[in-house]
Amino acid sequence: MRTKVGQGIGLVLILLWCLFPVAWILSLSFKSVEEAAAGSPQFLPKDPTLDTYQVVLQDADFQRALINSFGISLIATTLSVILATLAAYAIARLDFTGKRVVLSIALAIAMFPVVSLVGPLFDQWRVLGLFDTWPGLIIPYMSFTLPLAIWTLSAFFREIPWEMEQAAQVDGATAWQAFRKVIVPLAAPGVFTAAILTFFFAWNDFVFGISLTSTTDARPVPAQLAFFVGPDQFNAPTSTLAAASMMVTVPIIIIVLLFQRKIVAGLTSGAVKG
Amino acid sequence: MATGAVTAPRPQASDRARRAATERSRGENRLGWKLVAPAVVMMLLVTAYPMFRALYLSLYKYRLTAPEDREFVGLNNYLAVLTDSLWWIDVGNTVFIMVVTVAVELVIGFAFAMVMHRLIFARGIVRTSILIPYGIITVVSAFAWQFAFSLNNGFVNGWLPLVGDDFNWFGSKWPALFAICVSEIWKTTPFMSLLLLAGLSQISEDMLEAAKVDGATWWQRLWKVIIPNMRAAIMVAVLFRALDAFRIFDNIYVMTRGAQGTESASFLTYRQVIEQFELGIGSALSVLLFLSVMLIAFLLVKLFKVDLAAARQEG
Repeated sequence: MRTKVGQGIGLVLILLWCLFPVAWILSLSFKSVEEAAAGSPQFLPKDPTLDTYQVVLQDADFQRALINSFGISLIATTLSVILATLAAYAIARLDFTGKRVVLSIALAIAMFPVVSLVGPLFDQWRVLGLFDTWPGLIIPYMSFTLPLAIWTLSAFFREIPWEMEQAAQVDGATAWQAFRKVIVPLAAPGVFTAAILTFFFAWNDFVFGISLTSTTDARPVPAQLAFFVGPDQFNAPTSTLAAASMMVTVPIIIIVLLFQRKIVAGLTSGAVKG
Repeated sequence: MATGAVTAPRPQASDRARRAATERSRGENRLGWKLVAPAVVMMLLVTAYPMFRALYLSLYKYRLTAPEDREFVGLNNYLAVLTDSLWWIDVGNTVFIMVVTVAVELVIGFAFAMVMHRLIFARGIVRTSILIPYGIITVVSAFAWQFAFSLNNGFVNGWLPLVGDDFNWFGSKWPALFAICVSEIWKTTPFMSLLLLAGLSQISEDMLEAAKVDGATWWQRLWKVIIPNMRAAIMVAVLFRALDAFRIFDNIYVMTRGAQGTESASFLTYRQVIEQFELGIGSALSVLLFLSVMLIAFLLVKLFKVDLAAARQEG
């Protein structure tokens, strides 16, 4: 009985911790622009309104940033996961010299201070014509998501019973059939998990987003949020920003709701044995 | 000579087998490298090459607005940075944020992990909720907390008992740093707790049961059984979070823009390059930032004696 009560309290505390700030942004987004401008230090809105969402939805720059973010993140995720799958397969299944070197490089890059690249990349990208373009962001996103994707995938691939491929071939399946019917279904969850984590990373990036873009041609959502002025230039767009924040958080909540088990498995794979 | 004499009389069959084996392993080697090459090239392209370029540019006086005036100045940029108190203040801020956030996250994250580990109901709900701060954009988290602490629209002043309603959190250095730490801690504690949870689930129940039977109290079991047995998980979590916290940028950019002396080393570097166009000084800062991260990683690994490659490779 005592443990149950303790568990209940712990559970409530965790839920409060995680959801309270989200509830706060949600509540703020329902305050009207006037209310926020006049100052409203109370938690709940006096007169809830959806106007802020309308303002955000009609903001052309924000729409463009959403397209940029989705496009850039999806392309970077796809390419990164393809390269990581090849590398992770080699690391999990093949015996080759320099395996540790590859893992060490990945580790070093995961810890790399990204801001220190901003200067040289800013300079180079302008020379190469990559500044303020989609590829200009896709390339660094790939480099920085590869370590995470490689670890996650190699941890998953190590768990796959690869003998089943041969067993299927002994049972008369062709090499392609064995691969498609046996290996792909076993590997797919890992690949999918790596893709989600990679997407989160790209979707969250701010440093490259503000440094390597200058217009809405490629500016992603986090950077756009930081530059958001709103329709009324003389008042801080507090509640409108909250509405915009909510809109970019909803996709994350949906992904988390659908795939929580996989994401947790991916995040912790390889961090500790098991 | 001697070895040749020994190997020569070996029967041909085994020789052929061995040759086949080396042929096979050579093939495996080649395939292995072919498969990892694209990923390795991609990772190095955007890190190693620009880093060398930063090293090169850091030796020049180079403003992007006046590229023709570029001139070689040797180590003067480094000298200028290292003798400037701003650099040391910013490094101090960064280390402060790193130590405070990681320490607080470790305690709260551990408590969360203990709760989640023992939980028999509502596991899905907890897992989903805990992933929301992890998945949320850092900029959004920064805005949420900036507004919460703000003078005009924040509820924090009204809710906190000892703080006056007109207290401006962003008006001076330490309260502003506190607000920055809160946003950072809120967003990254879940990640910490999930890593610790994975370590916690490795501990055998039998061992805990045995300790219980032997009369160990809850506190003793925690310090003598649980924590020593999840050392590896704690170390990995601390190392990753510490290096991540040292790079803090997003929260500071959104919440204070470095005002009131709340700048971090990353923010200073960004400001020099992107806002001041000082590529020479900025590159020197980049190199110093890189070296700082290397130093911290080295110290942590030495201090904790973690074999990271092994910890990661075991999977």
